[in-house]
Amino acid sequence: MNRVVITGLGVFSAAGKAVPAFWETVREGRSVIGPLTIIDTSDLHIKIGAEIKDFEPKDHFLPKQLALLDRFSQLAVMASREAIEDAGVTFEGEDGERTACLIGSGVGGQQTLDESYYRIYAQGRKGVHPFTIPRLMLNAACSHVCMEHGIKGPAFAVASACSSSTHAIGQAYHMVRSGMVHTAVTGGTEACIALGTMKGWEAIRVMATDTCRPFSKGRTGMTLGEGAAVVVLETLERAKARGARIYAELCGFGMSSDAMDITLPDANGAARAMTGALKDARLNAEDIDYVNAHGTGTAANDVTETRALRMALGNGVAEKLAVSSSKSVFGHALGGAGALELVVTALAIRDSVVPPTANFTERDPACDLDYVPNQPRERKIRAAISNSFAFGGLNAVLAVRRFDG
Amino acid sequence: MSSVESDVYDIIAEKSAVDRVKLKRDAKLTDLEIESLDVVEIIFAVEEKFDIHVPYNANDQELEFETVGDVIDAVQKLIDEGKPA
Repeated sequence: MNRVVITGLGVFSAAGKAVPAFWETVREGRSVIGPLTIIDTSDLHIKIGAEIKDFEPKDHFLPKQLALLDRFSQLAVMASREAIEDAGVTFEGEDGERTACLIGSGVGGQQTLDESYYRIYAQGRKGVHPFTIPRLMLNAACSHVCMEHGIKGPAFAVASACSSSTHAIGQAYHMVRSGMVHTAVTGGTEACIALGTMKGWEAIRVMATDTCRPFSKGRTGMTLGEGAAVVVLETLERAKARGARIYAELCGFGMSSDAMDITLPDANGAARAMTGALKDARLNAEDIDYVNAHGTGTAANDVTETRALRMALGNGVAEKLAVSSSKSVFGHALGGAGALELVVTALAIRDSVVPPTANFTERDPACDLDYVPNQPRERKIRAAISNSFAFGGLNAVLAVRRFDG
Repeated sequence: MSSVESDVYDIIAEKSAVDRVKLKRDAKLTDLEIESLDVVEIIFAVEEKFDIHVPYNANDQELEFETVGDVIDAVQKLIDEGKPA
């Protein structure tokens, strides 16, 4: 089996439209959650989120392209451009055919759906735009990334709500590890700031009214944040042969299903995914220095995840590691969240810095681990895990190890 | 029994597994063991029925309502506030 390394990173998020700005914002714990401006919030009770500001799609895409690109595809393509340039990979000839492209998303083209329904039901128009279907389909982002760069190997979209991109990256990791492909361009995207989507999230009554403060006492729930992230995975052999810069080694992947409840999380399921990732990576709990938590900021997730961490890593070990939630900074990107958080995890390992949990005000007795409140912390990270737990009880965990050559 | 009270009982009985006869003003919500998703559905049905907005958040760590009567009073208050003076 091949060892798999991360050689390219790309993000397009409210916390930064490229990796350097994004990482500085996340590392310093500067939350970008605030009043929404890209949609009309006058009819919403929840008016906050993390949106990508000052993004003019026409500056980055040709008019002909734009007609086919829902915002979720735009974000994915933007992130993929950075990741591929960062890795310095090309896809000519056989290299294109031996590269996989797996992009996760929870829903797909939500703005396109919203606009189409508005035309039909509110405006009483007779038809919708002819590109409605190719814009909204869940695999549109994946297909546009392939077309943009000429990636011709295995390619598809992965959907598991808030775990989508972690499942996509895990699947891509398996393909590179097995030798099915030598390179994978993988990640996830979500453009969730659409009126219909916001209404849906509002209705399920888990949205924060003030801001997202994971694991903190007084937290009032989750906050949506749009965004995409893409990483380039390669076999260690190929990365070395072409002298690529290696951020970290992707070394394990664990998955599980709660089979319990469609919205409530189950500590047993979450713990099984973490244990599976450690076993796959041949890591012991003691080897883990950092956990990038799912950490949504809901009452249910944060308590359940804390219990699951204790179950998977063991009492006595769980207290010693650093746990933080990047959603406190850039909100919950749903199907894009796991990819954004893998980028955070890789950079934390590279720089030996644990990014904090922002907006943390007070310790919650039911969340009794070290959540690195508000301030980054220097710490050598030998290995880390990145957790994603989805509505529907579908859990996915990636294990990442420091690569020292 | 007011019509609001009767309507609230109807909604709770329809959306949860609780028997209509167990619904009384002094019944404690915790004793009725209504599941969290059912609570969300009940609140939505109440909002639709009375054309009000109930500012409920499932993350609130301190429960505002103890009994079914507390819920009925809160609904009545929201209806009264929504009426033109």
